[in-house]
Amino acid sequence: MAQAAGTAHLETSTGLDNRKLLMWLFLGSECLFFGSLIAAYLLYRDRSVTGPYPGDLFDIPFTSVSAFVLLMSSVSMVLALAAIQRGNVRGMQIWLLTTAVLGLLFLSGQAFEFTEFNHEGLSLSTNLFGTTFFVLTGFHGAHVTIGVLILLSLFTVSLQGRIQQKDSLNVELAGLYWHFVDIVWIVIFTLVYLIQP
Amino acid sequence: MTLAEYRRRGGAEALHEEGHVAEAEHAEKHPGPLEYAQIGLILALITGVEVAIYYLGLSHTLLVIALLVLSATKFSMVVLWFMHLKFDNRLFSTMFILGFILALSVFTVALATVGGKLV
Repeated sequence: MAQAAGTAHLETSTGLDNRKLLMWLFLGSECLFFGSLIAAYLLYRDRSVTGPYPGDLFDIPFTSVSAFVLLMSSVSMVLALAAIQRGNVRGMQIWLLTTAVLGLLFLSGQAFEFTEFNHEGLSLSTNLFGTTFFVLTGFHGAHVTIGVLILLSLFTVSLQGRIQQKDSLNVELAGLYWHFVDIVWIVIFTLVYLIQP
Repeated sequence: MTLAEYRRRGGAEALHEEGHVAEAEHAEKHPGPLEYAQIGLILALITGVEVAIYYLGLSHTLLVIALLVLSATKFSMVVLWFMHLKFDNRLFSTMFILGFILALSVFTVALATVGGKLV
């Protein structure tokens, strides 16, 4: 079954795997989704009538560490793919687990940041900054959570011996999703945190 | 590819062969772990530079331009090397770039019409 899935793309008219094509199409549509959320944030962040405002809350050193953690998780993800493409299942398992742990670390940081902001008086309904900020970063966090679940599922399946070199496309698809989540954070880190009004 | 080009190049069969060749080339051209680690190091350094620039006290316009250039560099490196668009079939790049351009257009139009500002 796994082998059939791994070679299914050979039967397509383009010779390309339809799942990979669909993943790229999905990622293209996700650009529009996050582009709209970021545009909404930039439009409304400095139109709040009451505080707190971005400058009162953002902790740049803390967020920089979070950004670094997510960036490094992209490195471990691509190393997992490189390992399985060379038939190194053990190496892939180690790097997949590393990526999932780094993803969880990032999510913990986000949960801490949200809690701190809430203690400072910012919630989803406090002002326009709060609404657009939490919607944007919350949706990104949800994407990271889904990514972590995919990685842990792959890890569990690989422990059962169901991911071999011929199934590397499964890891590649998970990797594409994970790297996309990373590039979205690259943009958010710059436009939301570093460039303030 | 236009319909005329598609026919000239032999239709579905040729496209199919092209896809096979592209996939095989794609697998062969993937960088090794060392190159990935080097790219990771460069990405980490760029992040460090971004944070350093933030604290340098540059004028707002200069800060925005510098940060956007660095961010675009990081974005491109991840997409080209980690997501393999540099080595992959052009159809995948087209899918992504079309979505990206559409997003950028919506972003620009929204900011321009409603009056949001970046700089």
